[in-house]
Amino acid sequence: MATPIEEKLGLLTYKKPPQSHISIVDPSVCLERCPEKPCTAICPANVYEWNETRKAIAVSYENCIECGGCRMICPFYNIDCEWPGGGAGVQYKYG
Amino acid sequence: MSEKFDCIVVGAGPAGISAATSLAQAGLSCVVLERGEYPGAKNVQGAVLYTRMLAEVLPDFWKDPEAALERPIAEQRVCIATEDSWVQVGYKSQRFTKPPPNCYTIIRVRFDQWYAKKAQEAGAELYCGVMVRDLIRKNGRILGIVTSEGDELSASCVIACDGVNSILAQKAGLRSELRAQEVAMGVKEILALDAAKIEDRFNLEKGEGATIEIFGAVTQGMMGYAFLYTNQETLSLGVGCKLSELQKRRVKPYELLESVKQHPFVRRLVSGSKTLEYSGHLIPEGGFRSIPPLYTDGFLVAGDAAQLVNPAFREGSNLAMTSGKLAAETVIEAKKKGDFSASALSSYKRKLQACYVWKDLYEMRNLESSVEKSPGFLEFYPRLACDLAHLRFSVDGQPKREHFKEALRLVRRRGFFRLARDLWAVRKAAL
Repeated sequence: MATPIEEKLGLLTYKKPPQSHISIVDPSVCLERCPEKPCTAICPANVYEWNETRKAIAVSYENCIECGGCRMICPFYNIDCEWPGGGAGVQYKYG
Repeated sequence: MSEKFDCIVVGAGPAGISAATSLAQAGLSCVVLERGEYPGAKNVQGAVLYTRMLAEVLPDFWKDPEAALERPIAEQRVCIATEDSWVQVGYKSQRFTKPPPNCYTIIRVRFDQWYAKKAQEAGAELYCGVMVRDLIRKNGRILGIVTSEGDELSASCVIACDGVNSILAQKAGLRSELRAQEVAMGVKEILALDAAKIEDRFNLEKGEGATIEIFGAVTQGMMGYAFLYTNQETLSLGVGCKLSELQKRRVKPYELLESVKQHPFVRRLVSGSKTLEYSGHLIPEGGFRSIPPLYTDGFLVAGDAAQLVNPAFREGSNLAMTSGKLAAETVIEAKKKGDFSASALSSYKRKLQACYVWKDLYEMRNLESSVEKSPGFLEFYPRLACDLAHLRFSVDGQPKREHFKEALRLVRRRGFFRLARDLWAVRKAAL
């Protein structure tokens, strides 16, 4: 039985950042120019999901494990992922 | 934090702590700024630690009972697998476990905390939970850093050891954003298992460890490999693939890891274990051609931030330690001369060029691209290895001569010219 990602992420400790450290620079790019949306497939923490009703990428930044892959995965460099400041974000116990 | 330091080190990983320890040992004032709440909080590694390079910073570290080491590695195995078969090559030697051992497994968060303490004991200051957002520049010279809170801190020199996504190397104008072809994404899990069970399953003496790298079907033909390492009471199971290939194939890294776990070779070894942690990280694998300029006025880059990783040999944290130490030595010389200009710091590159770091990365510079240019490399050879082994070990009533003919037929599918070219391409990964 494969373990779902939600369960894997549930094992992690996070210190919640006061606000999102990730933003979509121009949401219209995702809708109009990016049919593939690789961020929704490759993010190891499932941060990015296409929201069909809002026609935009929903960003679950609180799940982010700060690998930085999204910065390179987006073919339009449309994801602005800075690190959360002040010790916030994922806190690995083993690493 | 208002005084001026000789050096600000950004990042408390292997590069940063090696730099800070070396600076503090030489009596320079040095502060380490770490964005995690404690050293290691943001760090992920397989993890194999090579003894030699750490001992150059902390002689006899393995004698320290507090040293956060898991198991000295007695056996290293390579497993070449298809979906249902595998060929294993292993080397085990008691020479590897006599002190000092060649390498240890480590758990990075524990190791990083211990290692950072050593830097503090040597006299370096360490502040955690501090995110460096920008550099202070005056007339093109870097004079310090700005934190995400807007605090400024000045120093004669900054060493950026802020990891693969080095924001500081970008801010210093030394490089642009990495490309998906230049990095691998690794995901892994820490799996709890009794020490006795680990030793039984991996055929180990008490306290000794093994590492296994698995190539072939586990990455579904993508450039990369899976690994299984033994810690004291846990296993580290992970898989890393080129980010651009994951992107092209739309493979979810955690699903790939789940499929590795289900592979018949892995399944028995990890059975009954309990996942304690899931993690993911990027690995700079662009190699020699991705190394950015390594210094500018008042600024040096070391470790992953400088792309110093040799994936074919599973080396990275050792290159980080060596580069951190050499960066520190450069700063120590600069302090003596009172000159932190780019030309004074240029000896850093010469130091790297004079040692294994530069030489190895130079030697490996074409390895990955040659493998990539050879279609189906990571699918064909594991299958060939298994098919040949299958023939060798099958007793099926066929005369051996027929087996030999069949073996030749299997090899010919690749074409002798291509085969020779492939072997030539990977020759440097062999030794």
